[in-house]
Amino acid sequence: MQIEFDDLVFENKPREPKEFAEIALKIRTDIIKSLFLAKSGHSGGPLGITDVMTVLYFGGFMRYNPKEPNWKGRDRFVLSAGHLCPVLYSVLARAGYFPVEELKTLRKYGSRLQGHPGIDMNLPGLEASTGSLGQGISIAVGMALSDKYLDKNDRKVFTLTGDGEIQEGSVWEAAMSAGNFKLDNLCVIVDNNDCQIDGRVHEVMSVYPIDKKFEAFNFEVINIDGHNYTEIVEALNKFNQNFQNNIGKPTAIIAKTFMGKGVSFMEDKYEWHGIPPNEEQAIKALQELV
Amino acid sequence: MFGYELLGKKPTRHGFGKGLVELGEKYDNVVVLGGDITGSVMTSFFKERFPERFFSIGVAEQNATTIAVGLALSGKIAFFSSYSAFAAFRNADQLRISVCYNNVNVKIGGGHSGITVGPDGATHQSLEELSFLRTLPNMTLIVPCDYEEARKATIAIGEMFGPAYIRFGRSAVPMFTKEDTPFEIGKAQVLVDGNEVAIIAAGLLVWEALIAAEELRKRKGIKARVINSATIKPIDIKTITDAAIECGCIVTAEEHQVHGGLGGAVAEVVTKNFPVPIEFVGVKDSFGGSGEPEELMEKFGLTWKEIYASALKAIERRDKGFIGYRKISQVESYFDNL
Ligand SMILES: Cc1ncc(C[n+]2csc(CCOP(=O)(O)OP(=O)(O)O)c2C)c(N)n1
Repeated sequence: MQIEFDDLVFENKPREPKEFAEIALKIRTDIIKSLFLAKSGHSGGPLGITDVMTVLYFGGFMRYNPKEPNWKGRDRFVLSAGHLCPVLYSVLARAGYFPVEELKTLRKYGSRLQGHPGIDMNLPGLEASTGSLGQGISIAVGMALSDKYLDKNDRKVFTLTGDGEIQEGSVWEAAMSAGNFKLDNLCVIVDNNDCQIDGRVHEVMSVYPIDKKFEAFNFEVINIDGHNYTEIVEALNKFNQNFQNNIGKPTAIIAKTFMGKGVSFMEDKYEWHGIPPNEEQAIKALQELV
Repeated sequence: MFGYELLGKKPTRHGFGKGLVELGEKYDNVVVLGGDITGSVMTSFFKERFPERFFSIGVAEQNATTIAVGLALSGKIAFFSSYSAFAAFRNADQLRISVCYNNVNVKIGGGHSGITVGPDGATHQSLEELSFLRTLPNMTLIVPCDYEEARKATIAIGEMFGPAYIRFGRSAVPMFTKEDTPFEIGKAQVLVDGNEVAIIAAGLLVWEALIAAEELRKRKGIKARVINSATIKPIDIKTITDAAIECGCIVTAEEHQVHGGLGGAVAEVVTKNFPVPIEFVGVKDSFGGSGEPEELMEKFGLTWKEIYASALKAIERRDKGFIGYRKISQVESYFDNL
């Protein structure tokens, strides 16, 4: 199968759910195509968190400028669950950070699109190297700490963790410090698909209740359906308000999602955590994503 | 090749999984802890066979390592396995204090090691853990060369007393040892006899060493000694010193940083007992990157070709006179980076 990418890019501005749906479709298509070409990688998680990532990057919630990736005033996003990078790469490309065409190089030797994000490759828009679970959230805490108390600016920091990832104890050390330092400029998003490599999160090692845990660490917690654009928009608006109002608490958005969302045969199947579609599956998936 | 034939290809992690089940059949106090990737590091075999002796800990390597200590202090032989990237570093403090200082029967299986984990990239390519683990008192450290040796080594570390770490890989690699090929913890095996240069290798570089020895013989008539040093700690001082005395120069080869791993261990032995030139084949102080396993082996200089070239260089250095016999001005050109 011949794979081509169009070079459509999207603006970052308030939008209607219908528009988000169109962009998300494009992102999911990119994920399938790039993973099919890579012949390895993670399908399920990236597809499941696509709706949240779409609203975050294309709904006017984050300030960034793809023409000036290192702009000092930008808000920052740290992908704590590094293995979800196919969705981040697509989003960054569609935001205009680098040519969409480059998605073809995912996981190849010398590519800026490493199997797990590596800033040693100088990919514009990428803020930190991640892939060892449970570290990105601490990096985000450090950034938020710097913004709020040292540089005293009005920048925000977002981070995304998986629900399997939060089994790492270091996640809760990060949460404790975020609460302790009253980091209202920090927004932690948890991709709650109840899937990880060995099976269901509640069976491998239950992390529930997730919301009460973050609450106990002094977070403002928002539970949402991670595929409902209105709810995602409201949650990110709420975080913005928390930030504007200086509530003195970090925000956690617990997004209930389905792994593999948008591709019927991948949906809610943990077996799709770490594999790419083969040709037949890619064709089928791309047919569904229209 | 010197009596070693390619018997097919299989990942060493399968040898670990198989050995673990055999161990479980033999001893009912063998328990296994999972770190979410049981199907990758093949503890899934044990989980299926002995579900009551398997505990899923989730993505929590520090906790798993230390829970294993509690189990060991309760009379169990406790295995925990995850990727080397997370089973040797994330839990480093736990390994040092709780495992090694307590000196208990905790056995770590470090999977998906080295550059050959491939497209996952640098974060998942552990190339440093041997250096760290080698410095831990009480630790035994094994890097098997193929499927069969991984199986034997897994059983052997289960049967010995104390902390141990076995390192294995993701991709299918040549199988060439058999059930009756000797394996003993602490004993390096001389696979090929020769006295012109000694190639000391571990892991999947042992097969590359055999190829290099064959090429040295065919192209240059050089008789290389090939040594499989599957045990990195305790290193086999006798076999290595003999190689230094009898061959006069050495090449080490490993899928690891050249600093501090097998090469470092060999250098310590040789420098103390009988200094001869050593060339180091391995990753040269850089992180890895995405790519296909074989492509990466080429790019990072981990094939028989580098071993071959290093052997010639080591021989030349020996023949021109090693540093000990010359004035500094004469040997300056021999100094280069590892
Ligand atoms: C410290 C660490 N341990 C183990 C791994 C291997 N690993 C990668 S993803 C993953 C499962 C994560 O589950 P989750 O966060 O729920 O992600 P999802 O399955 O939803 O994509 C594991 C164990 C890792 N990357 N880092």
